Amino acid sequence: MHEMAIAQGILDIALAAAAENDAATVARIKLQVGEMTEVEPEALTFCFAALAAGTAAAAAELEVEVLPLVGRCRDCGREFRVERFRFLCPGCGSAGVEIVSGRELRVEHLEVE
Amino acid sequence: MEIKVMANILDKNDQLAAEVNAQLSRRGIFALNLLGSPGSGKTSLLERTIAALKDELRMAVIEGDLFTDKDADRIARQGVPVVQINTGGGCHLDANMVKGVLDRLDLENLDLLIIENVGNLVCPAEFNIGEDMKATVLSVTEGEDKPLKYPLVFKQAGAVVVNKIDLLPYTSFDLAAATEDITSINPQITLIPASCRTGEGLEGWFDWLRGRVAAKKAAAGRQGN
Ligand SMILES: [Zn+2]
Repeated sequence: MHEMAIAQGILDIALAAAAENDAATVARIKLQVGEMTEVEPEALTFCFAALAAGTAAAAAELEVEVLPLVGRCRDCGREFRVERFRFLCPGCGSAGVEIVSGRELRVEHLEVE
Repeated sequence: MEIKVMANILDKNDQLAAEVNAQLSRRGIFALNLLGSPGSGKTSLLERTIAALKDELRMAVIEGDLFTDKDADRIARQGVPVVQINTGGGCHLDANMVKGVLDRLDLENLDLLIIENVGNLVCPAEFNIGEDMKATVLSVTEGEDKPLKYPLVFKQAGAVVVNKIDLLPYTSFDLAAATEDITSINPQITLIPASCRTGEGLEGWFDWLRGRVAAKKAAAGRQGN
């Protein structure tokens, strides 16, 4: 359950941003989670609720946007959706593929009151 | 009111990991984060590695474990310094835990630090702990579906040891299929089929490690240390 550590990270970021903006409560937290992360959104929501109890984010709703796994070929420049974790360029067959998106673990924005 | 944040959730951990890595890099120490399921043979691989390399490289081990120090005892009997971290049930090591024990190691006299992570293919993959490289142990008794089920530990690793190949005739593990999956997840990975019981294939693993340690030393030298 590493989701506990990740939920703690989200809570720390949310509470700090809320305090900076003189907000009393956090209503909503929008997250971006890449497809190639080992995070279970349901477990994350559960852990977050447990940690946030009694804080300004106690009633916050987590919204998780899953970002697709996209690679870019360093040889031919092609960008493509990586299916079944196959990091080989479908254009030229190159193994020189870098991850453009799909590894995000990010707080995108907050809605506060 | 809406507040744009765009903050990486693991930033704090990554920052601490960078600090750990800087402390080790200054001294040219190669740090390996060793990953794998419980029972995959991480500790056996460590024992074999120590026996083969301890006269040639100055090594130390950090043992991550949920509650016990059984593995640390096994390693200590091999005659290299070992520091135990108990996560108290936590499923992975984080950079802060590693940073907390660094001062218990004689960093001035070290070439190679191996950190055996908690036995788990999932959680440790997300947390950098200051390593230069990860290596993953996958045993043939775990089944060949593991790479596609937990691709991140294979994507992040510089090498994978496919352990217990002496048991291949007794399992349905398809080594060719596993090789295909692992190398399509990570075409740059060094794949080493081996058996920690018979010793078969392990020379490839020792050579890989020697190469990493030498490269790290050379890089530290270039930076004028
Ligand atoms: Zn290409």
